[in-house]
Amino acid sequence: MAVISPSLIRTPALRRRAPGVALILIAGVYSIVPLVSMFSAALAPQGTIPGGLSWPSDPQWHNFLDAWTVANVTTLLKSSVLIVLGVVPLSVLIATMAAYAITVLRIPLGRAFYLLLLLTLTLPYEIVIVPLYQQVNQLGLLDSQLGLILPLVGLNMPFAVFWMRAHFLNAPAELTEAASLDGAGPWRALTRVHLPLATPAVTSLVLLMFLSTWNTFLLALVLVNDPDKRTMAGALQAFQSKYSTDIVLLNAGALLLMAPTILVFLLLQGQFTKALLQGATKG
Amino acid sequence: MTDVSTSTPTTPPLRISEPGPRRSLPRPRIRSAARRWSGWLFALPALAFYGFFNLRAVIQSVWYSLYDWNGIGPSTWVGLDNYVAILTDSELLEPLLHALVLILFFTVLPVCFGLVAAATMQSIQGRFAGALARTVLFLPQIIPGAAAGVAWTWMYADNGVVNQLMRLVGLGGYTRAWLGDFDWALVAVGFIGTWLSTGFCTLLLMSGVGKIGPQLYEAARLDGAGAIARFRHITVPGLKQEIGVCTTVTIISALASFDVVYLATHGGPGGATMVPGVKVYDLAFSESRLGDASALAVVLALLIVAIVLPLQRLFRED
Repeated sequence: MAVISPSLIRTPALRRRAPGVALILIAGVYSIVPLVSMFSAALAPQGTIPGGLSWPSDPQWHNFLDAWTVANVTTLLKSSVLIVLGVVPLSVLIATMAAYAITVLRIPLGRAFYLLLLLTLTLPYEIVIVPLYQQVNQLGLLDSQLGLILPLVGLNMPFAVFWMRAHFLNAPAELTEAASLDGAGPWRALTRVHLPLATPAVTSLVLLMFLSTWNTFLLALVLVNDPDKRTMAGALQAFQSKYSTDIVLLNAGALLLMAPTILVFLLLQGQFTKALLQGATKG
Repeated sequence: MTDVSTSTPTTPPLRISEPGPRRSLPRPRIRSAARRWSGWLFALPALAFYGFFNLRAVIQSVWYSLYDWNGIGPSTWVGLDNYVAILTDSELLEPLLHALVLILFFTVLPVCFGLVAAATMQSIQGRFAGALARTVLFLPQIIPGAAAGVAWTWMYADNGVVNQLMRLVGLGGYTRAWLGDFDWALVAVGFIGTWLSTGFCTLLLMSGVGKIGPQLYEAARLDGAGAIARFRHITVPGLKQEIGVCTTVTIISALASFDVVYLATHGGPGGATMVPGVKVYDLAFSESRLGDASALAVVLALLIVAIVLPLQRLFRED
């Protein structure tokens, strides 16, 4: 919109800007075309084969209601929320405590612990999936949300500690001294002095953990057999194999299953982009 | 031209004179050893979760990879046989080669595109990359890969958008069901990866360009450097770190890809798009070949480390 505002046309910079703006527009269209094409297909009459990107003459909005029922979205929403509420606060809390212990309290062997965490930072989920299946099975937690939550917390530790450590390293040392002079114990110093200052770091970490938990696929697929107890992303697999031939319902359902992330993202897009860019560049 | 960056006035680094031995009051030893060890109470929960669900599983995978085991019956020690099999059995080796091919699509194309976008946007300094552009460009990054798999299955379908566009520009003779085509399926899967990482690379590189001083470009322009010379000698070196980050992150996602491929093709047709992630899953959970699955997972992890570690070194800011 800003492109056509008269004040810009007068600026000589417009000609220099045009290629950049065009590029970003092309990239933007490219980003959303697959989603728009799903959307248009989801509005075609059920049982028909929609054609690419074409707005249906008579959009069938009730397809989304039908897909909501057949994809079990209510159940899946509850399951995903439960998993996120189990994973995110726990991961962030214990990772923060550990990073605090390593950097501020300087626990003995803390550096060794940190290096141990770094060791697995870049390893893919594929390398843990087989033993994890057996471990969760032995615990009797297969096919339950708890059996997904606990491993996810463990797998989050390298990144989450790494993230919070980077924050604490930059926290002024005088803070700790001041707190300890005031007679605050390490716990009070953490909750009263360090955590309030760590709010931006914690918020970003919460968003990143939310995103990765909500989008968990491989672990959900392996550890939870009942698709209704999976994350929404994990449930896509069962839904797709059931409705692979019904293109209209498949697209409507898949859109519903990704809608919550998109909504949360749209609401918090500023924080999200910041967290995602930071998440990549930290360290 | 190469010395453009050095032509800017540089201040010598401040040398703070070495202070003599600090004369401080003898500090009371507030922190006794016991007290410092008690700090471990804060780290223990993390250690427990990490040790039990992450580290232990990694070690166990390495251990399993030395056995022939179906998961239930007795296991037989086979030493490095499973690893030999990966190198000699094309069914196990091909997924690894496919993963390397995917780097071209997940990493090289997005980074190149991001660089061009960042350079083009350089005169704008991100003012136009406002909320809307950021939101739209990041969208592929936040939806689950599995959903991207579903979205693109439809894009690539007989009557999907890709074929529709090709007919529109007169390439109707070349349309096909892309994901079902033996020759094109891997390329098609690759472009899903391009779609997933382009926005992220573009935004990261653009934000990096914003940090390069405009006076550097001004000086180069005065020196008569053209757009290409400025791109080569200012933009690319100035973005070294960001390029490193994009490359690292996207190479990991190319090599460890699972959800996109699992939903789009499940490795088909006939293994044409099989990647290590899906193969590990199939070996372990459909074919009950736990030793082979573990060995392939270990090789994949080693491959990632072997590629990512040197890259970290290469792109580190000197």
